[in-house]
Amino acid sequence: MRQDARTPWFFLGPNLFIFGVFTFLPIVINLYYAFTGGVQLYPRDRPYVGFENLATLLDCGSYFDPSSCRKDIFWRAVWNTARFSVFQVSLMVLFSLGTALVLNRKIIGRGFWRGVYFYPVLLSPVVVALIWKWVLQREGLLNAGMVAAGANPVLWLAEPGWAFFWVIFVSIWAHMGFYTLILLAGLQAIPADLYEAAQMDRASPWRTLYRITLPLLLPNLLVVLVLAAIRAVQIFDEVFVLTGGGPGSATTFVVQFIYQTGFQEQVRLYGLAAAGSLLLALALVVLTLIQLRATRADKAGERAR
Amino acid sequence: MSAVTFLTRTRGRRALDWTDWLSYVYLALGLFLMFGPVLWLVMSSFKTESALTEFPPSFLPYGQKQVMVPGEDKPRPVYRVKLPDGSVRELPELRRIGLMATHVDPARPDEPIRVNINDREPVREFRLATENYSDLGGKFNFGLYLWNSVFITVVATILTLLFNSMAAFALSKYQFRGRGGVFLLILGTLMVPPAIVLVPNFLVVAELGLLNSLWGVIWPAVATPTGVFLLRQYMLTIPDELLEAARMDHASEWRIYWRIVLPLSAPALAVLAIFSTMWRWNDFLWPLIVLSKSEKFTLQLALNAFQGDLVTQWNYLLAMTVITLLPITLVFAFLQKYIAQGIASAGVK
Repeated sequence: MRQDARTPWFFLGPNLFIFGVFTFLPIVINLYYAFTGGVQLYPRDRPYVGFENLATLLDCGSYFDPSSCRKDIFWRAVWNTARFSVFQVSLMVLFSLGTALVLNRKIIGRGFWRGVYFYPVLLSPVVVALIWKWVLQREGLLNAGMVAAGANPVLWLAEPGWAFFWVIFVSIWAHMGFYTLILLAGLQAIPADLYEAAQMDRASPWRTLYRITLPLLLPNLLVVLVLAAIRAVQIFDEVFVLTGGGPGSATTFVVQFIYQTGFQEQVRLYGLAAAGSLLLALALVVLTLIQLRATRADKAGERAR
Repeated sequence: MSAVTFLTRTRGRRALDWTDWLSYVYLALGLFLMFGPVLWLVMSSFKTESALTEFPPSFLPYGQKQVMVPGEDKPRPVYRVKLPDGSVRELPELRRIGLMATHVDPARPDEPIRVNINDREPVREFRLATENYSDLGGKFNFGLYLWNSVFITVVATILTLLFNSMAAFALSKYQFRGRGGVFLLILGTLMVPPAIVLVPNFLVVAELGLLNSLWGVIWPAVATPTGVFLLRQYMLTIPDELLEAARMDHASEWRIYWRIVLPLSAPALAVLAIFSTMWRWNDFLWPLIVLSKSEKFTLQLALNAFQGDLVTQWNYLLAMTVITLLPITLVFAFLQKYIAQGIASAGVK
């Protein structure tokens, strides 16, 4: 009995329709917003301004000095995001790797311990932020510990340096369990006889790590690094609730800039927000290309070996 | 033995040595760090508003002891009172005017004792301030926010399971022209950052009349690429012979999907259901944009909005936060294994 060629499309229909209406169409509309100005929501009311939005965002004396830029808050957000991403991703992957290595050992109740690190991943960003906001209060738990240890209490979220630190900390706390899981799965896929062979050859532990574990884990590590980086660049929820972007703009990141510009201000500059999102997408495309390059290079290396 | 040895040892039969103890210390530290703050949140949510302002804070919630006094319709707070004859007793307070308070022995309610407030201190006992929770329904529209969150989560999950399984069915069990293209298209959707579609989706949702409607949060979220791939991966393992046999029995394609493939995909559907429930329950940015009327707020939005500009009523905020994290905690307690398996298999792929 021949299959009706339309059947698969019927089953695909609803999904494709939703994708079309809420993903593909909006991407096109977003481009339209980026190249139009004015404050109207409806596209037909918006005047064409060409590259003016992008030019406004990119107008800087020096790209390294946000205060020399026309839209200084955008560039503050960009540099905040860059700093945050570098620190958060590297530290988090390090901790995840360490935890995965520990969990890979013969320990009692591995499932339970894995769950311990995984629990914060399930919590909503709002809950995560409020949990830590409560701990970091002036009369909160952390300051109680500080006073007990003989130090002075600190207004953690009111000082730009500390606020930034805590944003990184809370973000690592909330997400490392996810990457630990992926790395643990990768570690457990490494055949045990490789380690036995290394032991029989009396290889030093450092060599085992460097020559066996890490190279075989490399694909997983790359995946984790890129996934973490893609997520880090788009951070918003937990930071917004924890610090609101403050103090000042110390913890304002790019997505918050887009949200503020397009939805929070009295004057909603949809065009500027759309242009900002295009620049963000550009950064993400670059990251994804780096990942593709890296995995391809790794595969090529494997073939050459 | 170096730190590297400690880190690279994998499983093997041997007695416990110091590296094992170090591992357990690390894990115990992790337990403290991961669960500790949540436990602190729960403990704090049972403290009264005034108890919350104490510094340094106590671990267990304490409240002032209260007893019933004959002749009074509400319980009265108890103080440790220094009497004029030098003895110290615990007595409930009847009333207080300025610096003088009137206490009474419940056994002798007709003999009031007047005491200076400087000669007394409150008696504290372990007390759960459950009014932080019970007040939520009355004082604040908590039931409404809960309903909004539940509605969105349940409806969106059902639609997600339905639409994604249909698409996965088509992609796994049919050969047709354009299949590769559709596959790439859905893969591409995975790469689209949400920030890119915030503004235009706002327009789309507004044009559809779904602004400030729970459906404006539901519809954009029901087609998930992760869900399609997850289900497709599982459906590929369903033998085609089953479908062929059904077709020979003149079963319609829909029946094949609904009666054969779907039930056989139950494990994958369960994993997707858990994921979808998590995603929708925890959604923040998109509901923040779509829902601006407070009666439409989800729990997450309500929590965020509850932080006042000047004064935050932490006792209520903490209680709300605990309730918000309760469902996911229950899911975690019972289904953690499945979630972990789902992610690990997706990650390794």
